[in-house]
Amino acid sequence: MTSIAKPPIRHPGLKTNSLGLTPRDYEGVMSTLCAGCGHDSVTAALVQSMWELAIPPHRAAKMSGIGCSSKTTAYFMKQSHGFNSVHGRMPSVASGANAANRALTYIGVSGDGDSLSIGLGQLCHAIRRNVRMLYVIENNGVYGLTKGQFSASADIGSTSKKGDANVQPPIDPVLLALTLGATFVARGFSGDKAQLIPILKAGLSHNGLALVDVISPCVTFNDHEGSTKSYAFTREHEVEIAAADFVPLRREITIPASDTTVQVVQMHDGSTVRFRRLEDGYDPTNRDLAYAHVRACQARGEMATGLLFIDENGADMHAVAKTVDTPLAELPFETLCPGQTALQALMEKYR
Amino acid sequence: MSGINDFAFKMATVNGTGSASANSLLMQAIFRMGVPVTGKNLFPSNIQGLPTVYEIRVSKDGYTARPHEVDLVVALNPATYAKDVASVRPGGYLLYDSSWPLEPELVREGITILGVPFGKLCVEHFQGDRDRTLLRNIVYAGALAALLDLDIALIGRMLVQKFSKKPRLLDANNTAIRLGYDYARAHYECPLPFHLERMDATSDFIIIDGNTAAALGAVFAGATVGAWYPITPSTSLMEAFTMFCRQYRTEPGTGLARYCILQAEDELSAAGIAIGAGWAGARSFTNTSGPGISLMQEFIGLAYYTEIPTVVFDIQRTGPSTGMPTRTQQADLLSLAYASHGDTKHIVLFPCSPEECFYLSVTAFDLADRFQTPVFVASDLDIGMNDWMCKRLQWDDSFQPDRGKVLDADDLATVKRFSRYFTEDDDGVAPRTLPGVHPAGAYFVRGSGHDKHGQYTEDSDAYQEVVDRLRHKFATAAHSVPPPEFINGDAGADIGIVTIGGCRAAVLEAIDRLRAKGINADYMRIKAFPFGPQVRAFLDAHAKVFVVEQNRDAQLRTLLTAETGFPRDAMTPVLDYGGMPLTAQIVVNAVATQVQQVPA
Repeated sequence: MTSIAKPPIRHPGLKTNSLGLTPRDYEGVMSTLCAGCGHDSVTAALVQSMWELAIPPHRAAKMSGIGCSSKTTAYFMKQSHGFNSVHGRMPSVASGANAANRALTYIGVSGDGDSLSIGLGQLCHAIRRNVRMLYVIENNGVYGLTKGQFSASADIGSTSKKGDANVQPPIDPVLLALTLGATFVARGFSGDKAQLIPILKAGLSHNGLALVDVISPCVTFNDHEGSTKSYAFTREHEVEIAAADFVPLRREITIPASDTTVQVVQMHDGSTVRFRRLEDGYDPTNRDLAYAHVRACQARGEMATGLLFIDENGADMHAVAKTVDTPLAELPFETLCPGQTALQALMEKYR
Repeated sequence: MSGINDFAFKMATVNGTGSASANSLLMQAIFRMGVPVTGKNLFPSNIQGLPTVYEIRVSKDGYTARPHEVDLVVALNPATYAKDVASVRPGGYLLYDSSWPLEPELVREGITILGVPFGKLCVEHFQGDRDRTLLRNIVYAGALAALLDLDIALIGRMLVQKFSKKPRLLDANNTAIRLGYDYARAHYECPLPFHLERMDATSDFIIIDGNTAAALGAVFAGATVGAWYPITPSTSLMEAFTMFCRQYRTEPGTGLARYCILQAEDELSAAGIAIGAGWAGARSFTNTSGPGISLMQEFIGLAYYTEIPTVVFDIQRTGPSTGMPTRTQQADLLSLAYASHGDTKHIVLFPCSPEECFYLSVTAFDLADRFQTPVFVASDLDIGMNDWMCKRLQWDDSFQPDRGKVLDADDLATVKRFSRYFTEDDDGVAPRTLPGVHPAGAYFVRGSGHDKHGQYTEDSDAYQEVVDRLRHKFATAAHSVPPPEFINGDAGADIGIVTIGGCRAAVLEAIDRLRAKGINADYMRIKAFPFGPQVRAFLDAHAKVFVVEQNRDAQLRTLLTAETGFPRDAMTPVLDYGGMPLTAQIVVNAVATQVQQVPA
């Protein structure tokens, strides 16, 4: 994870967002991933999403574990705090940080090794806890940093670079999240930024944990013929179920009442996600249907993408814990310490 | 031992049959008679059906260690009759349930056997199996009240308090107490030669367990995030924290919580939550026991290296592995001091009592913030779960938490380049920033090799600069942690007894008893790791040093040698590791044997 700073050159023509920041202000240090790595496209999509939403960089926190994907949190938003924790344990650190300061935007970036093998338990319980955060899994079916072993998301029959076929069944984070009660489940493809950016923006505005599985091919160890996580395979088998467009709060929404192919879901902060139904009868607010559709795609050898399920009425971790609105880390000591009078009154109970 | 206000007795029962409430009623009543008292609950790792023992020691002199022998045993568990009878001191008493013929196992020469038909009395007076089983305990409490001259009116008032909203239970309990009391008085000469007399030695005291006190300390210290995974014997700490937070941390008007307690999926996650919260600026903690400490090692190393404050309460139990979950030990000392792989060292505090659990809990949060590092509080099952008589806890309202060096938005507005791991301060502590405060404070936390700016590095010099500062910071902490407790014997004692944690009670009693034998000893109790300079000085000043601790491998002695350089063989270990609270007798025997070369 060597760190190469990018030269601070500004193109005079760069557009600014409502904070007066350009997309460059949302970048990080130079990526040290392999040229063509899908993860770098995800990083670019995150930069674009954060810039478009005009999130003040210092009000966001980037959380990650260990692996190629986890390295990418250094490659965007250099003015945000970042926490590169231990392998598979980002969800707990993010939970704790969110518990302490609920006012920040949390962006978790993980991979299939980090979240589906060593950290599967932590992912499951962060979903159950419904920690408010964007949780991106950069999924390439392979361990990159240790040079090409299968991960838990590798499909049966998918071959490694050395030619061995994977025989163990894969863990699909989308199906997993749906069964665990996740309130926002999406799948994207690093090669399709136009689809990914609205999903990320909606996820960043979601009232709970937004799980976004991004098929992000590993050009070095898993982009060959026979791999089911290669660019070519993904392009061929990806099926967009519901095209989502994210509409921030300040933009007026105009949908012709007659357009029955568009479904609008109101986000917690007042913004909206508009779904254009690409498949007959698909309802992204129906968990069982979402599950059935993803399974049906799999049976056909296809991979369902898009914002697959959303429930804006779920209670996040703080709603469950009924915590005060002020971040706990900012509560004055006077409101936390009961003091001597209360202590002496309490002592009588222990007499 | 054995006399007015100086005796011990125990109840040997079956767990899950309701004896706990009768036992605590007895202890509470003695306390309210103004007589110093301690209770030790020696319970099994089981919900129902296994042997459990409750020992109560009454000591007018205020000794609180576990008694070496008991004057009276209430034997209500046929499965342990033989063992229970054997534990009565010669000349002592056995109280058994005479509803049935005396079992041959209970017969022993040289003790007095008293029978009270607890079962029969209950069958005659109460309906239903449940009431009969539960109230049998109250009947034996009544019999003991007569035999030991417990103030029966006081017990009556306590029952009224306890069952004020449950009149049926109040009646039943009153009846049960009287049944035992009247039967004992009608059939035996009451009180026994050893018994209670009112004193005025408990008015400044409370009865509390260490986990409750530690939780209270966390509330007073301003901790807002607690993460945990249930494990005996630490569970009651978070339960108490939850209870106190509901009481003291509910926002008036809204009813919302000024705290967040997360029960995690395992101890790894609990440590991660605590560390994440510490990083984000809250005072956070997790509580666990040995197996949890093993699981948290990776995260502890991360917090050490990335310099994130949090507090970890380790309520030690008997190891290794699952060990004996409901037995006590001090066998995590080394695994706490050097927790995690690589070069790591940690601040560890060692409370000796519930009272110190409260105060050192507060100290732990301050030290964690000040030194930006995880701090352990090493309590144990005996301190954590047993009821101890302690001085009333006090709070100084002028207290302000030491949050350490944290740069705020104003500081950061003027900073040219913030370097997270760089300082020129003597204490080796580099200022930190919190997420969300200012763009100039942003940095990247990484457990991988980093330089003083927080940037990734594989450069030897840049790496060493950071870990050398960590070593220096740790050395500074040795001067800031609580110093040892010293009690000097008569001038010129050449015996020094070193101990730690809850051994204090037994060691101090042993020192008194040794003095009575003409053996004079000085005392040092380690309260914290790293060791300050006073520790080595004490070792140097004594020709004969004993180290009393509750583990097999003399872990405290190992730490003393490793960290002070004092020769290992110049310290005689006194080790007790069977899982029971330490008795003074063990210490007296060990020291007297060595010093006089004859058995004590």
